[in-house]
Amino acid sequence: MTSASRVLLDLHDLKVERGGVEVLDIPSFSLGENEFVSLIGPNGSGKTTLLLSIMCLLERSAGRIVYRGEEIGSDHSTLAYRRKIAMVLQEPLLFNATVYENVASGLRMRGVARAVTRRKVMACLERFNLAHMVHRSARKLSGGEARRVSLARAVAVEPDVLLLDEPFANLDAPTRESITDDLEKTVRDAEMAAILVTHDRSEALRLSDRIVVMQSGKIVQADAPSVVMNCPANGFVATCMGMETILDGVIERNEDGQLAVSIAASRLEAIGEGEPGTRVYCCIRPENVTIDLVHPGVATSARNVFPARIVSMSSMGFFLKVSLDCGFRLVSYVTPESFTRLQLEEGKEVFASFKATAVHIVAREEHGKVDRG
Amino acid sequence: MDLIIEGVVKAFHLLIALDPEVLGITFLSLMVSGTATIISLAIGISIGAIVALTSFPGKRIVVSLVNTGMGLPPVVVGLFVSIFLWRSGPLGFLGLLYTPTAIIIAQSIIATPIVMGITVGALQSLPASLRLQILALGATRIQMVWMLVKEARLPLMAGVMAGFGGVISEVGASIMVGGNVRGYTRVLTTATVMETGRGNFDVAIALSVLLLSFSLVINYALTLIQQRDRPR
Repeated sequence: MTSASRVLLDLHDLKVERGGVEVLDIPSFSLGENEFVSLIGPNGSGKTTLLLSIMCLLERSAGRIVYRGEEIGSDHSTLAYRRKIAMVLQEPLLFNATVYENVASGLRMRGVARAVTRRKVMACLERFNLAHMVHRSARKLSGGEARRVSLARAVAVEPDVLLLDEPFANLDAPTRESITDDLEKTVRDAEMAAILVTHDRSEALRLSDRIVVMQSGKIVQADAPSVVMNCPANGFVATCMGMETILDGVIERNEDGQLAVSIAASRLEAIGEGEPGTRVYCCIRPENVTIDLVHPGVATSARNVFPARIVSMSSMGFFLKVSLDCGFRLVSYVTPESFTRLQLEEGKEVFASFKATAVHIVAREEHGKVDRG
Repeated sequence: MDLIIEGVVKAFHLLIALDPEVLGITFLSLMVSGTATIISLAIGISIGAIVALTSFPGKRIVVSLVNTGMGLPPVVVGLFVSIFLWRSGPLGFLGLLYTPTAIIIAQSIIATPIVMGITVGALQSLPASLRLQILALGATRIQMVWMLVKEARLPLMAGVMAGFGGVISEVGASIMVGGNVRGYTRVLTTATVMETGRGNFDVAIALSVLLLSFSLVINYALTLIQQRDRPR
């Protein structure tokens, strides 16, 4: 949350159980006005459960929800509260009616006057580029169009908070891109707060003021995107945020924050904190690992250079993912140009190098507890 | 063969001449079965919605009971309604036996499980997350149920057809609780049974043609509504 924005929604000790098993445990979470938060985490980590609990559509076993300073009970006050929030589920789930009827449905439920409904619906359709299909049946839409209608339907009620549960899943890249654009603009223009569940890191980075990483029903880290990306709280967050290489090591030496960490039979240089003897994870982004055919020697500022053998290569679209064996496993991304120029192939002997500053040190969790390293 | 041709010819004479007795019987049939269908819709859809949308212990048993009820034999219904409305029966004081109301009651009992069963099936076939999505747009519970019923309107229309088709063509209950009283409780089916028994095939054929045409016209009208409602 940006420090300037006021708190809109506050969760305290929120717990949800399903079949006697705790599936959600949020000691505290708050959403600021106009704040855009992305929820990231594997399937079953409680992202959807969290959204449904916020929406009061899931019975909570404990905890309080405070909205604009007012506590939300489980009685009639929830309806007024729920009407300030709109949620878009994973599937478009459109009604068997025209596009207009679909987008108008939320306003109709609120008993908004016909003329006002018409004006708001048309404005909303315009925003999501749907104006030309206002009378089209919702059942005849393409996947992308259906998602647009589903988003427009939620936005039409002008909520304070928009909850989005993977609204872009299973869409092709260009469609996804254009819908994301429209959504971003709408949320910013209407000054809504939003919580987006996504599996797409780049989407989260692009849209969010804050990224929340969830694991097994708990929030593991909630920070600005750059912090989550570059200083993941633990190995799990690092994996979630695309740190392909996470190595298990022990700090050997610490000289004013310049660390020597032993990994298998090798030793890495890194920048960080920790007493010698501390077990740590060394996280290295693949884009920070350089491949050379000859040892760069003194001609590089990289403090870590290792002879390596290429284990496997796979195309990731605009770049290639190269898995290396240098006594430990290391992943590097290279462009197709470099790939051709260096004539890389499986089994080829090369040198892998990365800077000490490219190694992110995370203290290892003991007894399964989360340690904000 | 002559019997049939002669019967058909005479039947059409009766129809073209708009025989007042045939008209009366037809009108009563439509009124009685139409009313029974409307009653069964009100009860069947509301209880069906509750059964489909709530979870309670023994729900499966209730659903299978409802499904069994969809094939309730009209004579069994006729028997029980007769017992209840019998002069010395529990509801005998109402004096309803051998009245059109008695037929409406019996036919409502026959049609209600049909409508209810189809409602339960139709609502349960909707995606479970649709309920959450409707609530997540700010609906009250009543609005949510109404929107679900609207979403299931095409299969529900089948319920209306099945319900009406079932009661307009049943004869057992109508004759037992109505008594086939001329000009009072005589409906198309009971009249057909009687005229056939008497060997008046011409009248029986005329009544059957009417019965068939009504079924056809009403089902065609409902199909039209269904088709029009289908997304273009």
